[in-house]
Amino acid sequence: MKDRHEIRLTVNGREHELAVEARRTLADVLRHDLGYTGTHLGCEHGICGACTVILDDLPVRACLVFGVQADGAQVRTVEGLADGDQLSDLQQAFSDHHALQCGFCTPGFLMLAEAYLSEDAAPLTEEQARDLVAANLCRCTGYQGIIDAIVATARARHKPWPSP
Amino acid sequence: MGIGARLPRLEDPRLLRGRGRFGDDISAPGQLWARIVRSPSAHGHVRALDVTQAIKAPGIAAAVTADDLPGRPVIPVRLAVAGTDLSAFLQPVLASDTVRYVGEPLAVLVGDDPYACEDAAELVEIDIAGRPAVLDARNAPDERHTAAELTRGYGDVDGAFARARHVVRIELAVGRHSGVPLEPRCLLAVPGPDRGTLDIFGMTKVPVWNRDLLADMLGVDETLIRAHAIDAGGGFGVRGEFYPEDFLIPWLAMKTGRPVKWAEDRAEHLVAVNHSRQQYHRVAAAFDTGGRILGLTDDIVQDNGAYCRTHGVAVPELTAAMLPGPYRVPAYRGRVRVVLTNKTPCGTYRAPGRFEGTAAREHLLDVAATQLGVDPVELRERNLLSRAEMPHQRPVSTLGTELILDTGDYPALLAAAVKEADRLGYRAQAAGRTGSWRRGFGLAMFVEKSGLGPQETADVSVSRSGAVHVYSGGTSVGQGIETVLAQITADALGVDPRAVRVVAGDTAAQPFGSGSWASRSTVVGGSAVHQAATAVRRRAIELAARILEASEEDLDLTDGAVCVRGDPGARLTLADLARAAAPASRYLRGGEPAGLSARRRFEVSHMTYPYGAHAAVVEVDTGTGHVRVLRYLVAYEVGRAINPMLVEGQLRGGVAQGIGGTLLEEFRYDEQGQPQAITFVEYRLPTAAEIPPVDVLLSQDAPSPGNPLGVMGAGEGGINAVGAAVANAVRDALGLPGSVGELPLTPARVTALCALCARQGGHA
Repeated sequence: MKDRHEIRLTVNGREHELAVEARRTLADVLRHDLGYTGTHLGCEHGICGACTVILDDLPVRACLVFGVQADGAQVRTVEGLADGDQLSDLQQAFSDHHALQCGFCTPGFLMLAEAYLSEDAAPLTEEQARDLVAANLCRCTGYQGIIDAIVATARARHKPWPSP
Repeated sequence: MGIGARLPRLEDPRLLRGRGRFGDDISAPGQLWARIVRSPSAHGHVRALDVTQAIKAPGIAAAVTADDLPGRPVIPVRLAVAGTDLSAFLQPVLASDTVRYVGEPLAVLVGDDPYACEDAAELVEIDIAGRPAVLDARNAPDERHTAAELTRGYGDVDGAFARARHVVRIELAVGRHSGVPLEPRCLLAVPGPDRGTLDIFGMTKVPVWNRDLLADMLGVDETLIRAHAIDAGGGFGVRGEFYPEDFLIPWLAMKTGRPVKWAEDRAEHLVAVNHSRQQYHRVAAAFDTGGRILGLTDDIVQDNGAYCRTHGVAVPELTAAMLPGPYRVPAYRGRVRVVLTNKTPCGTYRAPGRFEGTAAREHLLDVAATQLGVDPVELRERNLLSRAEMPHQRPVSTLGTELILDTGDYPALLAAAVKEADRLGYRAQAAGRTGSWRRGFGLAMFVEKSGLGPQETADVSVSRSGAVHVYSGGTSVGQGIETVLAQITADALGVDPRAVRVVAGDTAAQPFGSGSWASRSTVVGGSAVHQAATAVRRRAIELAARILEASEEDLDLTDGAVCVRGDPGARLTLADLARAAAPASRYLRGGEPAGLSARRRFEVSHMTYPYGAHAAVVEVDTGTGHVRVLRYLVAYEVGRAINPMLVEGQLRGGVAQGIGGTLLEEFRYDEQGQPQAITFVEYRLPTAAEIPPVDVLLSQDAPSPGNPLGVMGAGEGGINAVGAAVANAVRDALGLPGSVGELPLTPARVTALCALCARQGGHA
């Protein structure tokens, strides 16, 4: 007998209602029940951060959150960053700075950085970006491109007027 | 935008938008999920294995053990080394009587829900009578544990050591670690409606080889099986080899008639996927009075784990064959004993065999420099092969090819690396020390290998819209192959690379591929694409000449169109020409094949050998044994960079992995053979906090003579010498007279070295 619970959550502005087992992780709800496969699972024990999503404005490991805990919550995933075909400034900076290779960890880094940048619009130093990025694991890049992309995005967002 | 441009990657937009297609992103209607039941013991006799309770669990469709498999299949060797017979040491798909490592597959369950499958796996009853586990390859009890013994060498080694003025010997152990890509493995096998065909998602690296092997094992025609090209979350050597699961999942799909998916979890990845690197070196060099090498020997024990997998003994063979590196070594003997232990079997990991061999050789040279009273850079300068000595053939073979160092100027690259390190202040920074912190500088030279043949095949075609399509036998493992092949195609065809669509690793689209490994994709795969795209260019001009009634010599293909020189009005786009080449076109002659397309095979019998130097500045806390890498430089000769941004990315990423393997990552076992690193808490991948910014000096001074693009591989030069450079820097920091003895340089190990130094009078 499965222990099912009705939940309602909003993902990237779209509302979903579904019944989930109590033990089902938010990552599996997003990926396998709702089809948001951009959120990736690299370790399922909260170390790698590939599954990072923004839950009510805070970055969380979706492998360490149960789906039932997201009942009534607002979730942002990597699929919600771009505006149609237009990459977000952060996504574009990742490409410009060669911040990804295989791209598997990338959604987690994007959501980690987006949560930080959304909360604090001030530019951050390379050391601050390195501290932030040290929360997640990347096996391909050696991290420098990721750090550079985040620093560049923070700087650009902080500009009081648009660049020419 | 063609060759040489720092073009942003064509892969990026889909990956950045979460629209990549990784293994577990793909599902099929009605699919079953598989759960592998693995051995909890390192070594023992399987007295009983009972799945009857598991199969009764809710939602479980089938449970299979070795008894259910047709003919007790074993997995053969892909890279055979001549003169070795490993048939007694191959891994069965499922263990039956005996288990030989923790994690060895014993049974598989399939069911509707992965959570339920994991629950049911707990109900499988396993009774194993334990036997003693062999865990130290150096003390393996008898000859039955030796899978192979290899010797590579030439010249009068004993004579060289007999007449030497100085003989320097060290021992160095390299720890067990591996590629550990961030995406675990995943396979989805989808049987066709008549059960004859099988679509597979998740095969990469060598999909054609794997498809053929699977077809043979299943007893079906290989064209019934199609491996699809999907994204892969990192390869590094381990992903895409043929593992037990590569048989089990497709076989279960055939057996059940339903799609079957298996998504590996991290705990099983760390005990199931190929481990690598674990070698014990006793390396020695004989020098004359001028510090010139007379002879070199290395006696190596390779801990290969419980079985020989698809790489056979290729990794230790590479170590033995490539150990002399970039130096003039008149006499050499490398001997390897490949020993089986009760641990996870080993295979390749980025720069396989060379990371280990470079560490042993370059650490030996630093110890020799101390003992001879010569500066380490000076000692290397005296012994590097000169430009005049190239090409340089060593009378050894590796991977079935003669070892011919094809081109290069090793002394010039070393000089450039030292100059760059000094310009960046490396040695000045290394001289500083405060309190319990000691700083050190380390340098290492290396030769890589790339572009293993024998062939790669590519198809290039233009469709009616004018889009250019490339079907390569290479595969995407995250390295940016789509971008690189698009740039090569764009260069040959005069089109924008963003208009080129690359499919890499679909066995239906390219049935003759040899795969992406051994830094071969750009060299061999790229050369095949270059030849095919060049043939399409000739075909386009031939057709245009026919249509425009012009001479081919007067035509040129630029910006996606063929023009008559000096007549801008006479212009045919590639779209026009593709339509003109379509079946029933009036421009086709009788019997002439339709299509604006070409297939070409690039064949090559020798590898091409890139080379480089690494330099590191480290800081060692003598109180805690903690090592921090402060600065890192890679100087690397790549022949020609198709996309310098991607080459730099490969080098930087390789350095990060190398630092992991040198300081942090280790698969340890307890005395019963229980693995101690089964999560990312114990298996410590480096984070941004452990990796410094990496300086790169990219050299394009020595184009490879062995391929039309002049390229050399870039995938492994970033990791090759990290163990060597960091070990040398730590040794320098501590003022150690001898070898650091063992990698990784964990705090415990470094603390022990500090104590040793204190007794022997080093700095620490």
